Amino acid sequence: MSKEVKEREPLFSPANLKLLTKPLNLNNPITVQVLGICSALAVTVKLKPALVMTIAVMIVTGVSNLVISLLRNGIPPRIRIIVQLVVIATMVILVDQVLKAFMYDVSKQLSVFVGLIITNCIIMGRLEAFAMSNKPWPAFLDGIGNGLGYGLILITVAFFRELLGSGTLFDVRVIPQGFYDFGYQNNGLMILPPMALIVVGVIIWVQRYYNRELIEKD
Amino acid sequence: MQEIFNIFIKSIFVDNMVFAYFLGMCSYLAVSKTVNTSVGLGFAVIFVLGITVPVDYLLNVYILKPGALAWLDPSFADLDLSFLSFIIFIAVIASMVQLVEMVVERFSPSLYSSLGIFLPLIAVNCAILGGSLFMQQREYQSLAQATSFGLGSGLGWFLAIVAIAAIREKIRYSSIPAPLRGIGITFIITGLMGIAFMSFLGIKL
Repeated sequence: MSKEVKEREPLFSPANLKLLTKPLNLNNPITVQVLGICSALAVTVKLKPALVMTIAVMIVTGVSNLVISLLRNGIPPRIRIIVQLVVIATMVILVDQVLKAFMYDVSKQLSVFVGLIITNCIIMGRLEAFAMSNKPWPAFLDGIGNGLGYGLILITVAFFRELLGSGTLFDVRVIPQGFYDFGYQNNGLMILPPMALIVVGVIIWVQRYYNRELIEKD
Repeated sequence: MQEIFNIFIKSIFVDNMVFAYFLGMCSYLAVSKTVNTSVGLGFAVIFVLGITVPVDYLLNVYILKPGALAWLDPSFADLDLSFLSFIIFIAVIASMVQLVEMVVERFSPSLYSSLGIFLPLIAVNCAILGGSLFMQQREYQSLAQATSFGLGSGLGWFLAIVAIAAIREKIRYSSIPAPLRGIGITFIITGLMGIAFMSFLGIKL
C-alpha cells in the first residue's frame, strides 16, 4: 500500500505530486472516501478485466475533471449535475466504443459495468469536490490520481481472488501442478461475489491498522 | 403471467442488486446508519426504478434498438442508435429523480430533510442505471416484464438496505477491533449477507 511515483517533469511541483499520490493511500477513493464501490467489486474475479476497468476509469475521471474544470466558470450552479452527467456520459460512450472495437472479449466480460462508470460516484464526487473549484491541470492530476487509487484496490482484490480462486494470474497458471497432486484445491468461494466485499473489508482493516488517524470514532 | 411473477421474485432474491451485483453500494453504505432514513431512501429507489425501467424499455424498443425506428419510416430500418443508450437512459433517470425530489419535498418535508444530499444522489445510484442496462441486456419481451423487473430490483435493494441498517444499529454496542469499526465491518457483514442470499440461487419457479 505504499506510494512511489516516478515522473519528474517541471509541471509536477510538490503540491501537484501530492494530488497524484494522496488518493493512493490516505485519501483512497474506495477505502477512505467510500466512493465507487459499485463497479469496483463486480469486475475483480480476474486481473485482466480489473486492469481494463482501472484504465477506463482513470481516463474518464482524468478527462472529465479536465473538461469540467475548463468549463467551471460557465456552468450555472442549478443545472451543474446535468452538465456533469453529459460530459461523463460522452466520455464513457467513447471508452465503450473503443473497448468494443479493440477488446471485444473483455468488453463482453465487463458487460453493463462499462456503462456504470457513468454513475461511478468517484467521478461525480471528484467533479463536485475538486474540478468545480480548481484550475484544469491540478484537476486533471486529481482525476488521474483518484483513478489510480481506485485501480490499486481493484487490482489488489483481483490479485487475491484470481490467485486463490483459480490459481492463475492474468490467466497464466502460477500454482504448480505438484501442489494439486498433493491435494491442494482452488478455493471456489473466492470466485463468488460476496468474497469481494470481505476482501475489501480486510484491506480496510489492514490499511487502518497502519494509519491510525483513519479510524472512525462513534 | 407466470413469467412476470417469476421475473419479479428472481430480481428480488436471486439477482439481488446489492448482494449479487454490488449495485447502489455508495448510498447503501452511506445512508444505512439508521433504519428510518434507509426505509425512506429504499422507497424512493423502488419508485424511481419502477418508473425508469419501463420508460427506458419503451425508449429502447421504439428508438434505440437496431432497426427500431422502422415504425417511423421504412427507410430507417437499418439504423442502429444503441450507442446513444447511456446518455438517453441517464437523462431519463436524472429528470425522474428531480420529479421524485419535488414530490417528497411537497408531501414529506421531514423525510426530505433527513435524506438531504442523498435524494439528488439517487441520480448517480448505480442500481438505477444498472436496472435499465440489465433490462436492455436481458432483452425482456414485454412492458409488463420490464416493469416487474424494475419493481422487483427496487424491492430487493430496499430489503438489503433496511436489513443492513438494522444490523448496524445493533452492532454499535459490540466491541469491534478499532481499525475495523464503521465501514470495514459493514463490508464484511454485507459479504456474509451475500453468502446467505446465495442460498436462493437454486430456486426455480
